[in-house]
Amino acid sequence: MNLEELKKIREKAQKDVELRQKQARVRIVVGMGTSGIAAGARDVLKTFVEEVGKRNLSDVVVTQTGEKGLASQEPMVEVFEEDKPAVVYGNMDSEKAKRVVVEHVVNGHPVSEFAI
Amino acid sequence: MNLVRNHVLISIDAGTIMAGARAVEKALVEEINKQGLSGEIAVLETGSIGATGQGVVIVVYPEGIYYANVTPADAAELVEEHLLKGRPVKRLIMTEMPKQHVIKKEKTGLLREQPRIVLRNSGVINPENIDEYIAEGGYEALEKAFTDLKPAGVTKEVKDSGLMGRGGAAFTTAMKWEFAARAPGDVKYIICNADEGEPGTFKDRLILEGDPHKLIEGMILAGYAVGATKGFVYIRGEYALSIERLEKAITQARLYGLLGDDILESGFSFDIAVMKGAGAYVCGEETALIESLEGKRGHPRNKPPYPVTEGLWAKPTVVNNVETLANVPEIVRNGAAWYRGYGTDKCPGTKVYTIIGNVATPGLIEAEMGTTLRDIIYEYAGGIKDGKKFKGALVGGAAGAFMGPEMLDAKMDFVNLKEYAAVLGSGAILVMDEDADIVGMLQSVLHFFRHESCGHCVPCRLGTNQLAEIIDRIAEGKGKTEDVDKLVSISEVMRDTSFCPLGQSPVLPITSSLRFFRDEVYSRVQ
Repeated sequence: MNLEELKKIREKAQKDVELRQKQARVRIVVGMGTSGIAAGARDVLKTFVEEVGKRNLSDVVVTQTGEKGLASQEPMVEVFEEDKPAVVYGNMDSEKAKRVVVEHVVNGHPVSEFAI
Repeated sequence: MNLVRNHVLISIDAGTIMAGARAVEKALVEEINKQGLSGEIAVLETGSIGATGQGVVIVVYPEGIYYANVTPADAAELVEEHLLKGRPVKRLIMTEMPKQHVIKKEKTGLLREQPRIVLRNSGVINPENIDEYIAEGGYEALEKAFTDLKPAGVTKEVKDSGLMGRGGAAFTTAMKWEFAARAPGDVKYIICNADEGEPGTFKDRLILEGDPHKLIEGMILAGYAVGATKGFVYIRGEYALSIERLEKAITQARLYGLLGDDILESGFSFDIAVMKGAGAYVCGEETALIESLEGKRGHPRNKPPYPVTEGLWAKPTVVNNVETLANVPEIVRNGAAWYRGYGTDKCPGTKVYTIIGNVATPGLIEAEMGTTLRDIIYEYAGGIKDGKKFKGALVGGAAGAFMGPEMLDAKMDFVNLKEYAAVLGSGAILVMDEDADIVGMLQSVLHFFRHESCGHCVPCRLGTNQLAEIIDRIAEGKGKTEDVDKLVSISEVMRDTSFCPLGQSPVLPITSSLRFFRDEVYSRVQ
């Protein structure tokens, strides 16, 4: 190994470690309360994880939270972007999650038809 | 890229293994698989996070929540509640947190309250993965050494940093290196002294368990500066996990070409072997250690010649402590001026302490040189357990000194403590509350010396025996006033005439105990 190769390993490894406890540009928070899970939040969370991973979006965090108190709108997802008001989505499913990743997270346009 | 949503770090060190960390790890992994979360939650092993006596400790990121006393039975709840639903399990959250962990990791380096140099990665990275060490700036110091500094520059950086040996003797590290570099001969050696035998000290073990690559990088740098091509780690045979992790780390470093021939295409070659000691206290003394490494009985040698000119197999040899070497990569990477920003003028940097005894949160801490004993006990270790009063502390292990309440505001560093006829030693701090028995403490210490005297020289062999018999007499209530005087005079003769530091040491705990607890000791004799 030479110095160049060591630098490459460092850059890659840094990205992996950063993911663990980073300051993210976008935080996707999925409501995983009892009613959320019953309404399918598990699949939604999984889709977000897959989509974000697939696109190598290293500045995006997917995390979960508890019940939001609006059971009729579950699964609910909140998307926080730096310096912007949070967007709350309701009645989410896997397909909608994919669109949120493409349109909102990647391109910065909230999907207003899903928002509540 | 596979996105991992949560990382569960489980602290695996000798203490947590005893508390069942492996079983908890297994239960967590099984539960995560059962809930179908295996792709998105990763369970990683890490070193000690600095808390002892709190059972199995885990940290969940990105939230940075610490759980203590976790059992396998808790795995289902942790996974279901926290990892699936995002609700931290309050009943398991660590309440008595070591101070440095209250500060979140992203603030490292900004807040002077957490001056972590040696333990920077411990409890943060996976010590069994070289990539994680590299991600945290690991092996960057090597790049700098090979491209900018060259051997003389590395020594100069370490010299300017003022780094002193952390094993207890506080000899200037760069001076040792210079002596060895100047000594004639093509074959030179670097030995890492990991024979941590001072009672109550386990800092080196936790450094090795938490961040073994830091030691490896430090040894390569030392070898480069001195012109040595071979390094040995002489380690306590009991340190099973340290040995396992260190050997794994050495293998990984070899695979990456960071050990072996022509490291990073610099033309410099260096390799490391791990040698296990058989558990003799005297083998922590550098010349006895060298004898043992050569396969002989662990007896100290005459000095001079010193190891820097005639050490292992009569070749120039540098012997440095684990913590000393672990400081080196950070000094080289960040520069001497940065290092001098920590600690005191005469004693820059930090010190790693193991703090045990009657304190609320015993464990491993790293504090700046010059931090007072009061701060160490009350700020870092949570004060005296059960709200009792501080009586004293034995600082520096058996070869250390007792300190009474009047020493609470003494600044703890090698130079300053010398003025009080005390020592920092290896950094073990045994805290005693108001109920502690000084004679009993002294008895343990003197029995330890008797047990560990190697028998090589007469003053130590006979003296340690005499001291143990006298203190037994005092402890039984059969001692006389003259017995106390004898303890002092015998230990003084031992200090002046013993061959190595073992026999020279008992005088310190004896005289210091009399200095602070004179009335108590005399109240026990007729």
